[in-house]
Amino acid sequence: MAIGQSRVARLVMPVSERDHVQGPPTAPATLVEYGDYECPFCGQAHPIVKAVQARLGPRMRYVFRHFPLTEIHPRALPAAEAAEAAGAQGRFWQMHDLLYENQPAFSDPDLVRYATALGLDVPRFVTEVAEHVYEPRIREDFMSGVRSGVNGTPTFFINGIRHDGPWDVATLTNALLAVARVPA
Amino acid sequence: MSDTKTPTPRDYSWSTAGPDRPLEAGTPAPPFTLHSTPDQTVSLSDFRGQPVILAFYPADWSPVCGDQMALYNQILPEFRRHKAELLGISVDGAWCHRAFAEHRNLHFPLLADFEPKGAVARAYGAYRSQDGVAARALFVLDGEGIIRWSHLSPLGINPGADGILEALESMRPATRAA
Repeated sequence: MAIGQSRVARLVMPVSERDHVQGPPTAPATLVEYGDYECPFCGQAHPIVKAVQARLGPRMRYVFRHFPLTEIHPRALPAAEAAEAAGAQGRFWQMHDLLYENQPAFSDPDLVRYATALGLDVPRFVTEVAEHVYEPRIREDFMSGVRSGVNGTPTFFINGIRHDGPWDVATLTNALLAVARVPA
Repeated sequence: MSDTKTPTPRDYSWSTAGPDRPLEAGTPAPPFTLHSTPDQTVSLSDFRGQPVILAFYPADWSPVCGDQMALYNQILPEFRRHKAELLGISVDGAWCHRAFAEHRNLHFPLLADFEPKGAVARAYGAYRSQDGVAARALFVLDGEGIIRWSHLSPLGINPGADGILEALESMRPATRAA
């Protein structure tokens, strides 16, 4: 008992239609990330997730949920709102990539510049971000993370179980391969 | 004690041996008075009548941004919905806590278990004498000062907040479970 009770943290909100998902629904391995666009560690994780996706191919799907730590990252929420507003126009993942690739340039003009670069309907984008249309959804992501034992950013779940420890390419790849081999 | 590891700044490489067992549910919480700022103190008895969350943690300034205290700070409104007070406790001094709290924009007190070092953590069974720091131990106390839930995490694993919220919710209907 020296190390203490092990409390397995599990994803309480299952992956569903509401989520932003890359990869086939039939993939045997699912990687869910709770992330914050302004968090430098999430920025480090971004190319790592891409490398892991390249290795696993159709054996995995990847889900991103918002976990903005607004007390320490004042532009994390507008950035998440920008991703959702782009998502409403079918460009969530393109905005997601642009945000991580351009950390931490998330001023209002920066966000508009990214929306323009993606060919979005910019007036609609600006209105939706300014009116916080997607804040309830972001809040829902956040609270689902809290309830699931998210303990910092990024936090990963592999097939619904929190992945504790390192998240380099090799570790994540092996952890996903391990569950992908288990017959469903 | 077969081999001694040199601690590195990444706290998960500290020794893996555990602290004492943390006090368990049903135990009266040991009273304490600690400095929250260089010129102010906080006593556990100040919070009689409301739930209290005690979050012992190893050190200010851990090298991650979504660290345990920043996370709890973000979730503070949820704790406050249960009228619960959150107190962070480590062996860091009051000046260190002040700088850390300002840097992380924390809205709850950090208490300095500084002199005698770790005395409160020891009283709760939450001290790691081999490392000289508090363990990552959580206690949820009811309004009568009885521990209703406790949890000890491995040092490098931030426990999150789900267990705290579940404990607060389970206490709400009946404050005194026999």
